[in-house]
Amino acid sequence: MKRFIGFIKKEFYHIFRDRRSLFILFGMPVAQIMLFGFAITNEINNVDIAILDKSKDITTQEIINKISSSTYFTIEQLITSEAEIETMFKKGKIKAVLIFEKDFSKNLIKKNNASIQIITDATDPNTANTISNYTNSILQKYQQKVNKSIEIPYQIVPQSRMMYNPELKSVFMFVPGVMTIILMLVSAMMTSISITKEKELGTMEILLVSPLEPFQVIIGKVVPYIFLSIINAIVIVLLSIFIFKMPVQGSLFLLGVESVIFIINALSLGILISTISATQQTAMMISLMGLMLPVILLSGFIFPINSMPEILQVISNVIPATWYIIILKGIMLKGVGLAVIWKETLVLVAMTVFFIVLSIKKYKIRLE
Amino acid sequence: MKDNNVIQAKNLTKKFGDFTAVNSITFEVKKGEIFGFLGANGAGKTTAMKMLIGISIPTSGKAQVAGFDIFTNPEDIKKNIGYMSQKFALYDDLTVKENITFFGGIYGLSKEQIKKKRNQLVEELGLKEIVNELVGSLPLGWKQKLAFSVALLHNPKIIFLDEPTGGVDPITRRQFWEMIYKTANSGTTVFVTTHYMDEAEYCDRVSIMVDGKIEALDTPKKLKEQFKVTSMNDVFLKLARG
Amino acid sequence: MSISIKNITKSFKDITAVNNISFDVNEGELFGLIGPDGAGKTTIFRILTTLLFADKGTAIVADFDVVKDYKSIRNHVGYMPGKFSLYQDLTVEENLEFFATIFGTTIEKNYDLIKDIYIQIEPFKNRRAGKLSGGMKQKLALCCALIHKPKVLFLDEPTTGVDPVSRKEFWEMLKRLQQKGITILVSTPYMDEAALCDRIALIQDGKILEIDTPQEIIKHFPKKIYDVKADGMYELLLNLNKYEYNYSVFPFGEFVHYTDKREDFNPKELYQFLEKSGCKNITIQPTKTTIEDTFMELAK
Repeated sequence: MKRFIGFIKKEFYHIFRDRRSLFILFGMPVAQIMLFGFAITNEINNVDIAILDKSKDITTQEIINKISSSTYFTIEQLITSEAEIETMFKKGKIKAVLIFEKDFSKNLIKKNNASIQIITDATDPNTANTISNYTNSILQKYQQKVNKSIEIPYQIVPQSRMMYNPELKSVFMFVPGVMTIILMLVSAMMTSISITKEKELGTMEILLVSPLEPFQVIIGKVVPYIFLSIINAIVIVLLSIFIFKMPVQGSLFLLGVESVIFIINALSLGILISTISATQQTAMMISLMGLMLPVILLSGFIFPINSMPEILQVISNVIPATWYIIILKGIMLKGVGLAVIWKETLVLVAMTVFFIVLSIKKYKIRLE
Repeated sequence: MKDNNVIQAKNLTKKFGDFTAVNSITFEVKKGEIFGFLGANGAGKTTAMKMLIGISIPTSGKAQVAGFDIFTNPEDIKKNIGYMSQKFALYDDLTVKENITFFGGIYGLSKEQIKKKRNQLVEELGLKEIVNELVGSLPLGWKQKLAFSVALLHNPKIIFLDEPTGGVDPITRRQFWEMIYKTANSGTTVFVTTHYMDEAEYCDRVSIMVDGKIEALDTPKKLKEQFKVTSMNDVFLKLARG
Repeated sequence: MSISIKNITKSFKDITAVNNISFDVNEGELFGLIGPDGAGKTTIFRILTTLLFADKGTAIVADFDVVKDYKSIRNHVGYMPGKFSLYQDLTVEENLEFFATIFGTTIEKNYDLIKDIYIQIEPFKNRRAGKLSGGMKQKLALCCALIHKPKVLFLDEPTTGVDPVSRKEFWEMLKRLQQKGITILVSTPYMDEAALCDRIALIQDGKILEIDTPQEIIKHFPKKIYDVKADGMYELLLNLNKYEYNYSVFPFGEFVHYTDKREDFNPKELYQFLEKSGCKNITIQPTKTTIEDTFMELAK
């Protein structure tokens, strides 16, 4: 028994004297709780919507006021025709449109019911559902209030329509996210591990003392993973089209180009990680904690960005994956072209260039 | 088993699939002996040693170490031997004091015993100044000497040393061997492997393994006579080269 | 001059690994850095092969400055670092081809240089390097370092942890290489290998103890050494240590190397002392000094 206790005592010494294990034990759980607590939410806040009011009467005004004063929604625009809806959805400016039919008030009084169309962007089916439900509940509350004061209760009938994903298939939400993660995994983590492996084994010393230029070493390490990532991307797209019956509405070529940009982005992140890791273990930890986790939680992949606290939204904007997912969803589900996503593409390219320059600068040509 | 033998091995064999690493070796080691266990890399030394210290089960053959059978009582063997290897002996991120205390506890010593041994060790090795330093910051020579002493905390019948002096400076090497002599003199058997052929001369008897078999086993003097050479280095060269 | 180091100092945090070291290696020389672990050998190698910056001092390799012309040095030297640093999951042949390629040459081109060594491992050319024995890994590493016919060869502890037979063979290979005009700087903790070099530098704790040919270094040893032998090494040591005039007492294989404080030492006195102390079969004879004796004396 004494031996056993002596052994436990030693283990505590090891743990408290190793910075890495301290970080994992204390730093990570705190970070994770904060992230999970704030980022994960099925509620919605500040969702951008548009309103098409074909009636423009007192009742519609009241309802619109109710909606705008709730924290769930932000009225991005009051549009005037149906034609604008498609464009706004494609641009990603709004997540939902409310359409009040013509002669709303009159219909309520005369026929005792009037209808509102709720059209949501269902590329993110969970959010779409929630938007629909919240809108409905606002309408219910309004109805209850109003119905109290008149004799024959009337009904506002909401008609929901889910755009781009009428069956609310969650696979439509997951495929772009999974694709991002896999490309990130193969490119960033594998590259960083491959470079730090050479450092660990000592073969890096020999490579350095040779005519090989540092950039040749880097590019040489990276090329196989470019190929593998492209193949992975193709496989995922094929699987989603043929097995999950997910459409690719937009140009496959554009999809390919954007993916290659993202792959290069992830690769340069991998190289960057390898410059600050001495061992494969460190590289793997940094890749998982510094890349995987933020991507899963903060990129808007699963949890809507708008619902997160400000600071997390800022972080989200700094993650390349966030922009890539927007691009992916746009091309695959909404069929948009470069004209619409040029801004996101530019951001992605700028980030890529930045990481490449940074990793070249940090790449050590000596051992210290 | 003869009471005088601390190790007794008969036809000890270890196979890995088709490959026979240790091929039916037979030998004894007497109490208080300094026994040198030599061989080229890949000759089977390490595999044989692993069996003797109870961490590898033989494929066939018999052996007893410190009075216990290596098949049926490997755990008792581990409790009654000391072990020190070049690769690992002490925890770098614990202090000298903590290492001694920890290993003392592992070997089942009481608190008073540990305290007594600790003070003894510190005194003998002249460690008073550095008793609270992390072992990792000590020079290699000090580490080896400390590791050796720690392996003896529980007064085992036999201590196994796996290339204990690799890379150590010549003066410290000899100080280490003085410690070995002292230990053997007090009745503890010392089983040591080494690549320094001058150290082979310090042993009472030496065995040389080639391709899994023991090709020579005798005192250094007799081996030199047998192979008609003047140094253990030449004995080794003749045997290994053929 | 093939290699020239002047006043090189290098520290890591609190530890001064290399302390104001200077020496030169001539073209075609087989030069040994002799010293135990922690002496600073690997640090010196890394500075010379341009992998580390020195804190102070300058160094030139094959007429190139290690700081300014590091690229030229990297193109022209062969380097075998401490651990076995070849690709374990590539075969013998694949490893060799790889290194030939990155140095812009082919195996055939310089084959005569490595032939003597390579034929010993050629039967295993399709075996993964990780599965070779220690001695064979060494030979492969040496071939890979030579394949581009470097002017200077840096070998950092190539024989550490390897059995005496392989060590002997390795040094025979080095001697043959030297005849082909390659400058070789090699480090080792084994003192007996020092005698095989043209010149050596004895180094401990970052400082050079002495630099010269092995023969000259031995001559500098201040005292006459005697081989003392008796039944029972341990008792002999204890007794010799009790003798009041002893200067140094060190076991050396089957004998003890003994030196006396006095200039006019008479072995017969020691004989009588030992006999009285109970030693049997005593022999005392003068013996040749070795590098190891000198090293220990200088390191005291």
